[in-house]
Amino acid sequence: MSLDLATPTVSRVKTEPNTKTATSGAESPTAAIPMIEVENLDFYYGKSRALHSVTLKIPARKVTAFIGPSGCGKSTLLRCFNRMNDLIEGTRIGAGHIKIQGVDIYDPSVDVIALRRQVGMVFQKSNPFPKSIYQNISYGLELQGVKDKARLDAVVEKSLRGAALWEEVKDRLHTSALGLSGGQQQRLCIARAIAVEPAVILMDEPCSALDPIATSKVEELIQELKKQFTIVIVTHSMQQAGRCSDKTAFFYLGKLIEMDVTQKIFTKPAQQQTEDYITGRFG
Amino acid sequence: MTASLTTHPFTTPVTGAIRVERFAFSIFRVATYAILLAATIIFGIIFVKGSETLFRREFPFVNTTFLTSSPETLHVFEHDGVKHELGDKAFRAYLEANGNPQVTDENYVYSAGGIFPCIVGTLFLVVGSMSIALFVGISAAVFLNEYSKGGAAVEMLRLAILNLAGVPSIVFGLFGFGLFVLFAPVFGSAPDPAHFSIPLGFTHLNFSGWGVSLMSGWFTLAFMVLPVVITASEEALKAVPKGFRDGSLALGATQWETIRTNVLPYAMPGILTSSILGIARVAGETAPIMFTAAYVVRDRLPWQVDKAVDILFQGVMALPYHIYVVSSKIPQNAYTERVQFGTAFVFLGLVLLIALSSVILRSRMRARYRW
Repeated sequence: MSLDLATPTVSRVKTEPNTKTATSGAESPTAAIPMIEVENLDFYYGKSRALHSVTLKIPARKVTAFIGPSGCGKSTLLRCFNRMNDLIEGTRIGAGHIKIQGVDIYDPSVDVIALRRQVGMVFQKSNPFPKSIYQNISYGLELQGVKDKARLDAVVEKSLRGAALWEEVKDRLHTSALGLSGGQQQRLCIARAIAVEPAVILMDEPCSALDPIATSKVEELIQELKKQFTIVIVTHSMQQAGRCSDKTAFFYLGKLIEMDVTQKIFTKPAQQQTEDYITGRFG
Repeated sequence: MTASLTTHPFTTPVTGAIRVERFAFSIFRVATYAILLAATIIFGIIFVKGSETLFRREFPFVNTTFLTSSPETLHVFEHDGVKHELGDKAFRAYLEANGNPQVTDENYVYSAGGIFPCIVGTLFLVVGSMSIALFVGISAAVFLNEYSKGGAAVEMLRLAILNLAGVPSIVFGLFGFGLFVLFAPVFGSAPDPAHFSIPLGFTHLNFSGWGVSLMSGWFTLAFMVLPVVITASEEALKAVPKGFRDGSLALGATQWETIRTNVLPYAMPGILTSSILGIARVAGETAPIMFTAAYVVRDRLPWQVDKAVDILFQGVMALPYHIYVVSSKIPQNAYTERVQFGTAFVFLGLVLLIALSSVILRSRMRARYRW
């Protein structure tokens, strides 16, 4: 693998949404290639093994939900996709690979910075920066060296519209983002993530701190976003997984028990453990 | 059926525990008042006696001479039946004007004129050493808190920093004297035969020391406050929520970009809070500068130099050292008391002023970065 591998990925993703608008996503040949492929992944926190030989494929432009009881490894796997686990002391991949658009993201030639631009993340606790709403969105682009005011303005508006927040904040773009409500803050974080036009958006329990109305807004937003982005969402709410995901993966004790079309998981799961969890018999 | 006050169910018998509590609280109260009393006495005396020197009953109400001129020798003499108290220059002019009469005068060094060079010197010392201490201290704190992977080596480093905080200031002074005054390298066109020298091709690095100079004083004082700055900067960095870092990194920022734009700005108010303590210490310590930077008396002001680089390599007068000199090296009497209390008063005021400006700066930053 060459060091340039990250770069073609960038250009490919940026052109893709435009070329694809004509054809429907399901029929296009690129949609058949999974966005993320995990092969026999073992993951360790120090000596303790958090993931046991996980293998799964995440389709492009679909919403994939990870469910399972606390400590089952679903967040760990999510944070592997943009290598946020690198920041935690003593973590390592024991075996296996993660490929995003065919590139092994743990290959030494991969630039983590470029990867994270392609794989955005929304965190459990909304974390807007204590800057203005505008600066929160423009931050990612400014990191990439974009200084053109007109372009920044355009991206800020587009991202805020994309996150269904524009109408609520357009008159106070230059006030502190911390003045927004919890739900607005979380949508701002989503807008911030989509501003850099990633291929994948990872969401780590994005609604766990939100009230039902804010939650439903974010869920509606996810339905909009999946037209353009591949979304992986970790959730504790089975209703949420059922409502807004296309595919669902059930994890238990660091193992992937089952992954299938969401409807099938919730109606006719193949594994007994999945059925027990979904029907509330444990977890 | 009237319940007597002493027999209702909630009557508190004065037990041993309550007596002990009352006793303990009274000790706490006395201790607090004692501190208050001591502070009031110190500040009160300096204020009352110092304001006699510093303030005037008539316009412009402030003794501008004291604040804007250099120290002079005070001459006290009688001439034509009148008692005069004049500074050195005025004394000579007076003799000149009166045909050089023979007078018997008592003179007291540093007791006339003012303390302007000391004020300026202290400002130079504070600004320079705090700049160095903040730069090195914040860098070290960022390394320890953001980059280093922890482990035994880093813990040893932290322990060393904490221990450094307990080193007496006179030890710092002697350390600075040995390292900076006598040994620090300077560039020279020719090798210095008396000292260790490294030829660099275009120039020579001579380890002949910086002499008694601002540079030596800055670094000595900076090393003295570094532990405070590092420890407090680390605390301030720790207080910045992890979400700011994660959010920035997840957008594809490098770690340094994250620290520069999304961590340090929010830690700055906290770092400045700690540096206020540092300022008071840097301005106030006498021991570290008496061997490294302070002159008893110097006629030139710091900016009166031949070459720009000389600014760095000159000694200065400083308020705490001046207080030390006028309170221990000259006689104590009504004439010398003015400069003694006046200097102490100005010194307290100056420290207060510097601290106040940091507080204002900090609150402005806080208003800008609130989370």
